[in-house]
Amino acid sequence: MSKELTLAEVIELLNNVEVESLEGVTFEGDIEIEIDESVMNFREEANKLIESRFTVGTVKEWTTAIEEVTIGATPANGGTRGHAVTIGGEKALPYYFDSEMKNPTCVVAIDVFDMPIQLAKSVRTSYEDVMESPSDWAKKAVSEYHADMIALHLISTDPKRKDASASEASKTVEDVLQAVDVPIIISGSGTHKKDPEVLEKAAEVSEGERCLIASANPDNDYERVARAANKYGHVLLSWTQLEINAQKELNRKLIKHCGVSRDRIVMDPTTAALGYGLDYAYSNVERIRLAGLTGDNELNFPVLSATTNAWNAREAWMSSSPLKEDGNWGERDHRGLIWEASTGFALALAGCELFMMMHPGSAQLLKKITRMLGGSINEEKTDLSNWITKLII
Amino acid sequence: MKLNSPLQVYKYLPKINCGKCGEKTCMAFASRLVDRSKKIEDCQILLQDKEKFLQLAELLAPEIKEITAGVGDCEVRIGGDDVLHRHQLTFFNPTVLAYDVWDTMEEGALIERVKKINEFKKFYVGHYLKLDMIAVRSTGESAAKFKSCVEKVLGVSTLPVMLCSFDPQVLKAGLEVCADKKPVLYAATKDNWEQVSKLALEYRVPVVLFSEGNLDSLKTLAVTFNRLGINDLILDPGTYPEGKQLKATFENFIKLRRAGIKESQKEIAYPIMAAPITAWMTDNDPIMASYLEAALASIFMIKYADIMLLHSIEPHALLSEVYMRETMYTDPRTPLKVDSGIYKIGNPTKDSPVIATSNFALTYYTVESDLSSGRIDCYLASVNTDGIGVEAAVAGRQFTAVRIKETFDEAGFDFKEKTSHNTIILPGLAARLQGDLEDVMGIKVLIGPVDSNQIPGWMDKNRL
Ligand code: SF4
Repeated sequence: MSKELTLAEVIELLNNVEVESLEGVTFEGDIEIEIDESVMNFREEANKLIESRFTVGTVKEWTTAIEEVTIGATPANGGTRGHAVTIGGEKALPYYFDSEMKNPTCVVAIDVFDMPIQLAKSVRTSYEDVMESPSDWAKKAVSEYHADMIALHLISTDPKRKDASASEASKTVEDVLQAVDVPIIISGSGTHKKDPEVLEKAAEVSEGERCLIASANPDNDYERVARAANKYGHVLLSWTQLEINAQKELNRKLIKHCGVSRDRIVMDPTTAALGYGLDYAYSNVERIRLAGLTGDNELNFPVLSATTNAWNAREAWMSSSPLKEDGNWGERDHRGLIWEASTGFALALAGCELFMMMHPGSAQLLKKITRMLGGSINEEKTDLSNWITKLII
Repeated sequence: MKLNSPLQVYKYLPKINCGKCGEKTCMAFASRLVDRSKKIEDCQILLQDKEKFLQLAELLAPEIKEITAGVGDCEVRIGGDDVLHRHQLTFFNPTVLAYDVWDTMEEGALIERVKKINEFKKFYVGHYLKLDMIAVRSTGESAAKFKSCVEKVLGVSTLPVMLCSFDPQVLKAGLEVCADKKPVLYAATKDNWEQVSKLALEYRVPVVLFSEGNLDSLKTLAVTFNRLGINDLILDPGTYPEGKQLKATFENFIKLRRAGIKESQKEIAYPIMAAPITAWMTDNDPIMASYLEAALASIFMIKYADIMLLHSIEPHALLSEVYMRETMYTDPRTPLKVDSGIYKIGNPTKDSPVIATSNFALTYYTVESDLSSGRIDCYLASVNTDGIGVEAAVAGRQFTAVRIKETFDEAGFDFKEKTSHNTIILPGLAARLQGDLEDVMGIKVLIGPVDSNQIPGWMDKNRL
């Protein structure tokens, strides 16, 4: 914004902003000086604040709630679980003020494998003593590490491992259901050919417990998995790999062709580790959640994150860098714990509600902070007045 | 920005397709302006029409003000975002990471800490991740002490600095020795704003406005400073590290960014600062405080801090911080590619396997980390598939026998000379290239597993 001024006005203006003289300046003929009006107002407003009020609206486009899905059945509902877990029901992005969170937004299932498996050292130390027994493993995860759920992985059925039969594996399912009373996730070995058979049997022996069956995916006989989940009263995990359209299509097939009811679908759009594709995983989940909230009823389901995948990153488990160009990587145990938790934070903010995790410390950190974000931890208060000088380390 | 389609932008361009901007047509240039890969100054014709130029410049300005701090190679840009979710475009200007030193530190310890901040680097996808800024904190002893601390820092570091004190006298003392380095002033509050605004005007440096969780006072400060002609502002709504206060902090960040981008509230559309350093004000022991700080860093890197003040410089925390920043600020519009070529994993010998995969960065790095975790010494070929993953590239014919041969030829890799087995291992998903590749390259082709995490087991069972 500029005004045309006479020379006299220019002088007055300069006086106003306390410029007493200009040196080395000559005016010749017409001159045009542009002066920001804000400077011209300097003097009169410098001694008082311009009181303002901050306001912001809510997001009107978020019209649709995420489905509520309950995992686990108590005796009242025909199962034997001590409690059930309900996830979903949100009407806004996680922890946003647009709408109150209805259910706990961060439920942690600790992974249990049905045979000893290679684990990162910082994780292994927590489970070393129980690795031979899935039931003991599950018990320890619940009683010592406060797992909300157990995710039991029947990896022994993998033809490349023990090639255990479906009925052998389902014995372990029964054992774990006996050992702990939290809701459980039952997962195959990730072998597309064999999983449907294994999961079918596992679903049968756990009838009525409302487990989360993992998984139906575009590459396996998802119809068979879905039929088993329906028949024995379970919830189904719909797993795709980092592709929102594939997720939408699979969900549609599960609902339309396989008759899975809407309150029995949880999605796993794939979790990649921090540094190894988390950017894709984050944006994929965020897009899915935004689509769901804005009315896409093939995507408004709760989301699971296999946060344990964070340990695929060498930065999580290696004791030091294999590259000589890198500096010191610091203490491995702390680094790994933060790695898994950070991967979890990203997905928690993108829209995941259910987390499969391994490091007890990471799980605890993720749960604690998300509970704070959710508003259920009130105690701690910090006074930030003069924090700069108060903080001396 | 106010214009978001190339057609809207095109209306403001000269429409003569002269090509001086490096684009063939004005329309093409318009799309580059919309995705922010070119700058309006690149059209020299438009530059001659000042009025039109300024008009378009204003319409194309990012929703969140972009400001700079520091000088020369270490200059940083702060803010400048246009979207609330990275998939909608991309986030611009990675969060600036500032780490503190304080003016009661022993000289030796101070120098050592500054050097550590300076020298930290982590290799990632072909470049180094580093830290950006040093925050000099006054502990309140004296302006002279603060000044001398700033001087010592500048003596050993060229990184931009942030001068931290609520006392204008202290800030002034700091400015006296580093105004020419364009430091960030931290902070103006409702109590000291008058003097701090004078400093900001006198020294022409960006200034952080701080309020303890109160957005009305933050806006009051922003509006006041703007009226005084100070526009290089950063907003710190206070980072409360725990409890319900943390929830409120998170909400404040969302509110500020939503007001700035979605509602185009200009008066408040400035970069935001988070201070996870406040984790060190809690009763937690140092380990827990460092976990808490890293957690806050993750959360506010994701939701919406443009600059961040941290304390711990332990690499165990720094690593996840710089990685999370990459995660959020990687441009989702460009597929991440690795340079195609033949890479050594471990220490390969003539008997070591040669494995091929795509040059899609995610695939490549996954395979690479599977191989190194499995301690497999080998050669890994990143075949030029235009950054497309194996399965899709086989279908789309970007992963072909000819492309594989080209990759080895360009790298000068001769199987006869480099291997004793004359064999290549293809990904399971590329099995159908086996015959072709044997013909084209005259080598033995084995089909590996579908997923690279099974390579270690596969290697045990298969012989070259
Ligand atoms: S330099 Fe300007 S006028 Fe010439 S082609 Fe590019 S946009 Fe069009």
